[in-house]
Amino acid sequence: MPLIEIKNLIKEYENGDVKTPVLKNINFTIEKGEFVSIMGPSGSGKSTLMHILGLLERQSGGVYKFNEHNVRKLDDDELATLRNEKIGFIFQAFNLLPRTTVLENVKLPLLYSTKKINGDEKAQKVLEAVGLGHRLNYFTNQISGGEQQRVAIARALINDPEVIFADEPTGNLDSKSGDQVMEILEKLNDAGNTIILVTHETNTAEHAKRIIHVKDGEIISDTLVQNRRRAGDGKLK
Amino acid sequence: MLSLVNFLRQSIKASLTSLLSNKTRSFLTMLGIIIGVASVVIIMALGAGAQSLILSQIKVFGTNKIGILPGKADKNGPPASAMGVVITTLTYDDAVALRNLPHITSLVAYDNSTENSSYQDNSYITSVRGVTADYLTLEGGELSEGRFFTDAEEKSAAKVVVLGDTVVNELFNGSPAVGKIIKIKNHPFEVIGIMKKRGTVAFQNYDDMMIVPNGTMRKIVVGINYLNMIRVAVDDEKNIPEVIDEIQTTLRGQHNISDQTGNSDDFDVRDTADAIKLITTFTDALKFFLAAMAALSLLVGGIGIMNIMLVRVNERTREIGLRKAVGASNSKITLQFLIETVILTLLGGIIGAILGTIFSFLSSLIIRGLGYAWTFSISILSIILSLGVSASIGLIFGLAPARKAAKMEPVQALRYE
Repeated sequence: MPLIEIKNLIKEYENGDVKTPVLKNINFTIEKGEFVSIMGPSGSGKSTLMHILGLLERQSGGVYKFNEHNVRKLDDDELATLRNEKIGFIFQAFNLLPRTTVLENVKLPLLYSTKKINGDEKAQKVLEAVGLGHRLNYFTNQISGGEQQRVAIARALINDPEVIFADEPTGNLDSKSGDQVMEILEKLNDAGNTIILVTHETNTAEHAKRIIHVKDGEIISDTLVQNRRRAGDGKLK
Repeated sequence: MLSLVNFLRQSIKASLTSLLSNKTRSFLTMLGIIIGVASVVIIMALGAGAQSLILSQIKVFGTNKIGILPGKADKNGPPASAMGVVITTLTYDDAVALRNLPHITSLVAYDNSTENSSYQDNSYITSVRGVTADYLTLEGGELSEGRFFTDAEEKSAAKVVVLGDTVVNELFNGSPAVGKIIKIKNHPFEVIGIMKKRGTVAFQNYDDMMIVPNGTMRKIVVGINYLNMIRVAVDDEKNIPEVIDEIQTTLRGQHNISDQTGNSDDFDVRDTADAIKLITTFTDALKFFLAAMAALSLLVGGIGIMNIMLVRVNERTREIGLRKAVGASNSKITLQFLIETVILTLLGGIIGAILGTIFSFLSSLIIRGLGYAWTFSISILSIILSLGVSASIGLIFGLAPARKAAKMEPVQALRYE
């Protein structure tokens, strides 16, 4: 079974009597272990697509099966549980809690989890995985932007998710920090994690194995990347 | 269950962190609650202190006393003579008739007035009490010098006077007083005794008065043929109802009243217990009225907290979005904001209770410094009540902001600028 399967997916925004179609008849599947970029210019509907895939928003029509659940049939609380246990998010603006330590930020999803795991130990492990084992007790305003995004990645990893969604993860970073973030994502994918990246930059998108192009709410191409870009010095490997 | 406890613990910790990170605003938010709770505690404490002061003054006077006042009065209302009406139905003959009733150990007839007195160049206006010879036995008090007047002197309207400490100082400036002649309303009186300083007991300043025989008072000083009051002491408290009954029967006989129901009485008999009950009713009503006024400010404080919490929800929209994205259910977001509001109000309540206690204690020190037998008592009930009320205010006024936060769509909350 594929991890993500969507058929004839439709999303419309209603404003009074006016219906604005944002996504029209989208179809694709994503298997476990894939690294997919969803690309498109702003206003193309790529962010809305990611929000629907990430269970942050509901579709208007069509079928979305996530991890064998028919999403339409789940209530808000069940969606919250799925987001908590199966999905990790990385946002462009990091979205860390202010005045809170790195460790507490990473542990945040555990607050809403029913799993019994040792939070401190696990948080330390994932922070070491993103190279921040020495920053546990720093406050989030005491570290750089690149480090903040790596904290966000660690937070996304804390519950061992099935899939990680990254929404323009390098958009607010300089190229060096951006490279570090992409390198971490690559390593996570190499280790078997499923990653779905939303971006409008070709350079960033080409770190993935597969690129889905979206324009005006429709998929215009869905291709495998021939020459994957690898983080480091920007050279092809 | 364990995860809920953990959730609550984490939420409380997070709330405290967020409240402490903006101390000024948190304090200003809590101010309404602080003032409200402090006023409730202070008013309850001062009210209890005032009440016990009043009651202790009455109890010092003795609970085996019965007072007889002229004029009929409603049992639960003030005596008619206290309303400023001069009633002349109680006479010296009534006092004589009552003196021999069983169980009565002493009886004093009273007439009071305020007169001018003088000695050489000094003059002083003070209250004059015309009483009978049992006065010291019934009211207590001791002489520091000289003697009290006798029954014979009282009956023969002798012009003798016993002075209170304040009066001696005003008229004699420390020079010897006993044996000297002073003038009261221009009649010469011999000073035969001086009362020991006693202070204010049962709202009566015993030092600022002159005591003359009742006969002298009626016939010479004021020129009246009635009494203001009769007081009797009973051998045992348990005999009070019986004695009251006998007094009423005797006085009805004296006044030719055939109606034994009490409806036609032209006098009023009450014991100290009646007075205590009456005063407790008054002071209780006053205390709770004031506490209710203070509770209003708690309500205003609650509305203030709701306002601030609504603002906080707006400010933290993105945070709420993030929490939802990482798996917070609507009920957990609601719970988290409720916890925050309740902590805010409860903290305000605790600070208010502490401030109120400190203020009440300081007031009691000051009042005691002024010479009153003031007791400092904080009722645990008032503290539990005001903390309970402030926590409930947190719950009630926190609900609207919490629900607003919970209802947000995760995506819209995340996108909120």
